[in-house]
Amino acid sequence: MKQINYIIVSILFSAIFVVLYLSLGNEKIYDTEDLVGKKIPEVEINLFENSGVLNTKEFTNNEFTILNFWASWCAPCRKEHPNLVRLSKITNLKMVGINFKDDKSNAKNFLQENGNPFDILAKDKLGKKSVNFGIYGIPETILIDSELKILKKYIGPLNIKDVNEIRKIVKK
Amino acid sequence: MKKKIFLLLFFLITFESYGYENLDNKIFKNLRCLVCQGQTVHDSNSEFALTIKSVVKDKISEGKNEKEIYDFLSEKYGDWILLNPPLKKSSYLLWFLPYFLFVLGIIFLFFLLKKPKIRP
Repeated sequence: MKQINYIIVSILFSAIFVVLYLSLGNEKIYDTEDLVGKKIPEVEINLFENSGVLNTKEFTNNEFTILNFWASWCAPCRKEHPNLVRLSKITNLKMVGINFKDDKSNAKNFLQENGNPFDILAKDKLGKKSVNFGIYGIPETILIDSELKILKKYIGPLNIKDVNEIRKIVKK
Repeated sequence: MKKKIFLLLFFLITFESYGYENLDNKIFKNLRCLVCQGQTVHDSNSEFALTIKSVVKDKISEGKNEKEIYDFLSEKYGDWILLNPPLKKSSYLLWFLPYFLFVLGIIFLFFLLKKPKIRP
């Protein structure tokens, strides 16, 4: 009987040890990988310059569309901006910038200083529209196809490796 | 008479807003702030938490119920945003392992405390 008790206790302790050991190596960082392959929702976003609205349905006219969420107050956005300018030279890729919780004049100055890579510029003054795209911080970039399907979602500033990856995807 | 009407209105308005406030807070407390270290949306004042609070309030005023709001947010941010994960195939172990261990513990204690039969 004593032997059975020892076996049960050692199995329990081993199981707890294994679970804790595996959890140590499992760094839980939130990502939105689950969104890849899903369609972006139909949302209306205010245009940056005038009172017009941009409907995400309109992206079906483009072969590929980049949705970039940015702000002038965001330092990583400044860092990624040259890469957005690089992407803007790809002909079958429409660049849509969504200015996030920003001051209009600051955003304008930012684009004047760093260049404007966007074909369409929209704004999300309160940040509520961005929730529909699973945005939780900026910069974030979403690459979609003409069926509005998310092909890639980048959290954080785009680097040259990401630019090359996007180039490859849109060339196929 | 005027006093009674005034009191009735006062209580109606107070309880009405109390009910809404409770639902807000209940939802905020069950949402994880994705940019914070172990904080709920309720406890955090980060930009993300403030936006989510505002979106939840909008959804409530649109007439959405608690489940619909959780469904909307978990569709956008995954189940990770919910502090109380839903019962799914992938979370069976999470939900049932404690019960299994509890039963196992009872069986273990039963055998441990069982008095040996006294032989004549």
